[in-house]
Amino acid sequence: MSRSVQVAYLIGLGLLLLAPTFIYPILVMKVLCFALFACAFNLLLGYTGLLSFGHAVFLGSAAYVTGHALKVWEVPTLVGILLGAGASALLGWVIGSLAIRRQGIYFAMITLALAQMMFFFFLQAPFTGGEDGLQGVPRGTLFGVDLADDVNLYYLVVAIFASSFWLIQRTIHSPFGQILKAIRENEPRAISLGYDVAKYKLLAFVLSAGLAGLAGATKTLVFKFATLTDAHWHTSGEVVLMTLLGGMGTVFGPVVGATVIVTLQNELADKVGSLVTVIMGAIFVVCVLAFRRGIVGESIALYQRMIGQKR
Amino acid sequence: MAEDCILETTGLVKEFRGFVAVNDVNLRVRRGHIHALIGPNGAGKTTCFNLLTKFLEPTRGTIHFNGSDITHESPEKIARRGIVRSFQISAVFPHLTVLENVRVALQRKLGTSFHFWKSERSLDALNGRAMELLAAVGLEEYAGMVTVEMPYGRKRALEIATTLALDPELMLLDEPTQGMGHEDVDRVMQLIKKVSANRTILMVEHNMKVVAGISDTLTVLARGAVLAEGPYAEVAANPLVIEAYMGTEVTELASPAGH
Repeated sequence: MSRSVQVAYLIGLGLLLLAPTFIYPILVMKVLCFALFACAFNLLLGYTGLLSFGHAVFLGSAAYVTGHALKVWEVPTLVGILLGAGASALLGWVIGSLAIRRQGIYFAMITLALAQMMFFFFLQAPFTGGEDGLQGVPRGTLFGVDLADDVNLYYLVVAIFASSFWLIQRTIHSPFGQILKAIRENEPRAISLGYDVAKYKLLAFVLSAGLAGLAGATKTLVFKFATLTDAHWHTSGEVVLMTLLGGMGTVFGPVVGATVIVTLQNELADKVGSLVTVIMGAIFVVCVLAFRRGIVGESIALYQRMIGQKR
Repeated sequence: MAEDCILETTGLVKEFRGFVAVNDVNLRVRRGHIHALIGPNGAGKTTCFNLLTKFLEPTRGTIHFNGSDITHESPEKIARRGIVRSFQISAVFPHLTVLENVRVALQRKLGTSFHFWKSERSLDALNGRAMELLAAVGLEEYAGMVTVEMPYGRKRALEIATTLALDPELMLLDEPTQGMGHEDVDRVMQLIKKVSANRTILMVEHNMKVVAGISDTLTVLARGAVLAEGPYAEVAANPLVIEAYMGTEVTELASPAGH
């Protein structure tokens, strides 16, 4: 990582730490949860070349497991979060093992089908509260700090986000990440060099599912409830939109995409009502037609062109 | 077995829904040879390669490598045994740098390829070996370049460097000089000759100059079956072979130097 990038990350972290003094912390926490979700998704789409169309199932499963663990089993907060993320990673292993046998559109369809099956399970299962959702989840305490206070919780969420972001960044720039990129670039060649690509894809899938789960678990803590929306295919579509809008295959793109989408939804929800779906659709069309590399991808390309001209 | 065969197929057949792409091929590749596989378009050369490296499952027949049966092994296991192939269309990782391309091949031996928590700086230990390999194919000055920006001929050279990184006993090259200009063809030809020391090469090649220039043995495939086999001079004089190569290619076959 170059020095200027490190400085940019430090400034970003500094801004995040100061944010609750001038922005409503719940909104920032929501943005961070979805940013983590999109980053986890991007690990799979942008760096392994696998388009999962059922990623909301990992967000939703972890949300329910964490909610249930905290509310009914009354486990400590940290244990609840880890249970949620672990459950999603496990589910990722099951769904991943089935889906990676196929490629392209078939892979996307298998992930969608399995995610829909889980959705109907959540709809019917007694512990999820069905249409009403799982409500009144206690936030509990962490090392004696009361998380019921939004600002206290905020710093926990920032810590979770920052460490996960670091882990994703590290994964991308690891020996493992190097093989993932090789598979994305030329899968037959990776096989012919002796790599068992199925195993690499599966590990990437499990990591992505686990981190998406961590985002879902954190989200439950923030809103104190888990609902069917988290596991709905709309959410799976939204994370695709966030990643593409921000810039697929860029480290920071999904964060930007999630910020734009969540903020827009929040701002527009009271003003235009259900028209918000139409606006999201329009944004998606413009993004695909006019700037395919996404906000961050296009900015990087523009920057490189400017440097190129100076030489 | 009188000769020392590194690779031997017996009665190899591949059918695609009734269409027989490879029909009863008995191929014997001698250790240390450069063995060329030629034939008109659609003769089944690439299918043969795909069968040998298990990218396709043979319908019937067996494949033996160094005496052991590898007919039912997975493609990555075949690669780990020491049979490494190249592809007809250039097989590089386009958005990795030239150095990274070679490193991907070297990396497997470190045993850290699943370590997602390690820094990629741990791979820098391989840079020395990677640079040696790049130097062997004359690419050392391009090490930092993103592969997609390199001209075609150099990509093929990189591909050979990457394949060499695995130090394969048997190298399978699928049309290594396809689509190249004269100078590149000569360079790659010399390169293949150079790397053939201490290993065996099986290559599909259309360019008769290359085939005549460096191959020890030649197998001609036509319509999925072996038409002729032997040293170049012998095969080129075979009337069956001349018949299979109609038109201009007959002259090409008869006078390789006048290409």
